[in-house]
Amino acid sequence: MVDAYVPPVVITVIWAFIGIICPFFARGPNRGVTQCCIMLTAVTCWLFWLCCYLTQMNPLIGPKLSMNEIMIMAREWGNEIKDTMDVEA
Amino acid sequence: MGSLFRSEEMALCQLFLQSEAAYACVSELGELGLVQFRDLNPDVNAFQRKFVNEVRRCDEMERKLRYLEKEIKKDGIPMLDTGESPEAPQPREMIDLEATFEKLENELREVNQNAEALKRNFLELTELKHILRKTQVFFDESVPMVYKSTSTYSSNKYRRYLQMADNQNEDEQAQLLGEEGVRANQPGQNLKLGFVAGVISREKLPAFERMLWRACRGNVFLRQAMIESPLEDPTNGDQVYKSVFIIFFQGDQLKTRVKKICEGFRATLYPCPEAPADRREMAMGVMTRIEDLNTVLGQTQDHRHRVLVAAAKNLKNWFVKVRKIKAIYHTLNLFNLDVTQKCLIAECWVPLLDIETIQLALRRGTERSGSSVPPILNRMQTFENPPTYNRTNKFTKAFQALIDAYGVASYREMNPAPYTIITFPFLFAVMFGDLGHGAIMALFGLWMIRKEKGLAAQKTDNEIWNIFFGGRYIIFLMGVFSMYTGLIYNDIFSKSLNIFGSHWHLSYNKSTVWNNNYLQLSPATSDYEGTPYPFGMDPIWQVASSNKIVFQNAYKMKISIIFGVLHMIFGVIMSWHNHTYFRNRLSLLYEFIPQLLFLVVLFFYLVLLMFIKWNRYAATNAFPMTEACAPSILITFIDMVLFKNSKAPGKDCNIYMFAGQSFFQTIFVLIALACIPVMLLGKPIKIMQARKLANEEVQPITGASDAEVGGMSNGGGSHGGGGEHHDEEEMSEIFIHQGIHTIEYVLGSVSHTASYLRLWALSLAHAQLAEVLWSMVLSLGLNKEGWLGGIFLTVVFAFWAVLTVGILVLMEGLSAFLHTLRLHWVEFQSKFYMGHGYAFQPFSFDTIIENGGAVTETE
Repeated sequence: MVDAYVPPVVITVIWAFIGIICPFFARGPNRGVTQCCIMLTAVTCWLFWLCCYLTQMNPLIGPKLSMNEIMIMAREWGNEIKDTMDVEA
Repeated sequence: MGSLFRSEEMALCQLFLQSEAAYACVSELGELGLVQFRDLNPDVNAFQRKFVNEVRRCDEMERKLRYLEKEIKKDGIPMLDTGESPEAPQPREMIDLEATFEKLENELREVNQNAEALKRNFLELTELKHILRKTQVFFDESVPMVYKSTSTYSSNKYRRYLQMADNQNEDEQAQLLGEEGVRANQPGQNLKLGFVAGVISREKLPAFERMLWRACRGNVFLRQAMIESPLEDPTNGDQVYKSVFIIFFQGDQLKTRVKKICEGFRATLYPCPEAPADRREMAMGVMTRIEDLNTVLGQTQDHRHRVLVAAAKNLKNWFVKVRKIKAIYHTLNLFNLDVTQKCLIAECWVPLLDIETIQLALRRGTERSGSSVPPILNRMQTFENPPTYNRTNKFTKAFQALIDAYGVASYREMNPAPYTIITFPFLFAVMFGDLGHGAIMALFGLWMIRKEKGLAAQKTDNEIWNIFFGGRYIIFLMGVFSMYTGLIYNDIFSKSLNIFGSHWHLSYNKSTVWNNNYLQLSPATSDYEGTPYPFGMDPIWQVASSNKIVFQNAYKMKISIIFGVLHMIFGVIMSWHNHTYFRNRLSLLYEFIPQLLFLVVLFFYLVLLMFIKWNRYAATNAFPMTEACAPSILITFIDMVLFKNSKAPGKDCNIYMFAGQSFFQTIFVLIALACIPVMLLGKPIKIMQARKLANEEVQPITGASDAEVGGMSNGGGSHGGGGEHHDEEEMSEIFIHQGIHTIEYVLGSVSHTASYLRLWALSLAHAQLAEVLWSMVLSLGLNKEGWLGGIFLTVVFAFWAVLTVGILVLMEGLSAFLHTLRLHWVEFQSKFYMGHGYAFQPFSFDTIIENGGAVTETE
């Protein structure tokens, strides 16, 4: 259950580090602009990842697969098709 | 804050320079490139300015240098370009330079003239040589049958010649002249057959023949032979094909006629001796002379080459020096001479931060010129609008250029450029998102950046390359961000990466799979793991080609609106910074606050609805928060604005997503509606009131003013009221402007929000194009097997690669670039940017030399 939260937390922490901590290390004559750029990058990239994550978190539809695609998935992704499958409703 | 956030503070300064030191000081300032001079003599003719003679001399020098350059280029000698810029020489050195150029030019002209004369001589001799050779043939052919004796060749010719010269044998003449000649010949008449030999260009030959035939009524006889090798025309060095001709005629009248015709056709006649021995002698003499001439010609060319090579070493240097001198004198022409005639006065715009540097430069200049009086830099107070100066480096220059292309920022307003450094490539990447194409773009940008110095040194005129090279940092950033968005969209050349394993699994058994063409996985069952793919789009969506677009459309449309609204709110907040800086309290209260409220309350609420819908509705939830009951956000929004009662999205579903939604929505719409009259009327009414107060203070006692005040407070300000300041706007103007501004903002907020949907549209188009290239091109190649398949695949891959780079990277890249630019210029900047400034154009040698010496005369 906790495992579910690991990826989002890790990614958020990474972008937070880039966006909040890294600007303090900016040096040089263009310090202000560099800080601005780093913060903007962190915010936009993190938000972009977040939207993708949220949109898939509670999907309202599932993928529609053709027979061919199902068989390829079975072969390549180890998603074996058995005579009877254990399905949780 | 870094200086790029706002344009620099500028000061108008007066510069007092001693006349002797003026040249050196201006030279130092030109090297510095931080000062923009104003023209203090705008109504003075260019020919009446003080330093017009010096400028003329510089022009002369430049002309001489250009002549030298042309000659050097003609000979193909490489010109040394060290890339370093020599300092502007002192005025006294100018005379030395002038002398050097004069000498070089004269020498070169002399050499050229000599060479031309020699070449003309050479041409004549060559033509003569050809004539002597060819006429041999003519005379040989003329009498083939008559003398069959076995005497020597030469004696044959000799005798034939005697016959011709003496005109004794009528038979020979019969051979020469043909039938008509025989008839025409009276026996005993003294027929003296003369001839002229010459050379004419081949093209003119047929017309020449015709003219001869017509003019001389067929009484002349022309023989011609082509000269195989082309001859060089001395004036322009062209290779011309010519023919040798010889004309036989009798009588003096025909001779004059023939000569005139030859003159008209510009055929050169040569004295050709009749006797073969003479001809041979002449031929040998001609050969010797040709050889001598060749030697002399060679030596002349060598000399010329030496002169040019010596000049080529310094040519670029000289060009730079002369241009700098000219630029300095042009600038000195802008100055005013003060009353005492000893001092030059200049007015210039100077960035405040650089005043120290400029003082140092001036001091250096005065020291160099050896003058004792230090220059004075005085700051002046002015109400004029200063130029906008943004200090950029090679990285930020391109982004600043993007902004300036729309309009240079007004003085000291917020500069959108530093934010554009990131938002521009990011919005581009949202539309371009493909790991593979992004990598291509990033690598291209990286290559240009690594090879910067080398590529910049090759100054080409190719506009397209210059544009690409100028934007190398932009291209690199766009590529890098596209790689990131490509990872999130999980799209590399239209395929997906499966790094973490798909979070969707198949749960149908064999018989179901066999018996159905299509099966859909359900998020309510264990098909879906329950947690999303950790980074980016799940790879299964690329496999599910049937309804991938349905899912991705919903996703991409939402992110387009989310980023659009956030971008616009960012723009409105920038206007807050502008208002606080310019102490525009009215705008702050009656423009910024209602604008922000309007945007947030309607469109940020829309964004919040999206996040709420993502969070609350899931297939695995209990009723009524299942996926069947998820409402359409667009319909919700429309119903909200129209105050309509929404319908439930499904049977027995909740109408609203969260408790109190309808209440909040009504409140929000009312707030938004209330903002509109504030935007429309708030500021103008306040201005009107302020003016009334000002008028009352001006005319406190007169009763008429009360009536005026009463009249004004009643009227809608349609007459603007008397006693206004002469340069302020009329009240009606202010109301109209505010009305336009409000309508623009309110309607714009809706249309701009929808305009951001182009982020979705272009990314969909890009993904589909990539997929078409895969399924129609590359997969065909990969399907074949065996050796033949390998060859086929190579060809198909070449085709696919060309199309990928040409269509997807170049065309789509340009398209996305353009749309991103539009989003920045219109949707983002219309919220705060004025753009009414003019750019700071400092007097800088670097820019002048880069532009090839095109110096502006007036500022």
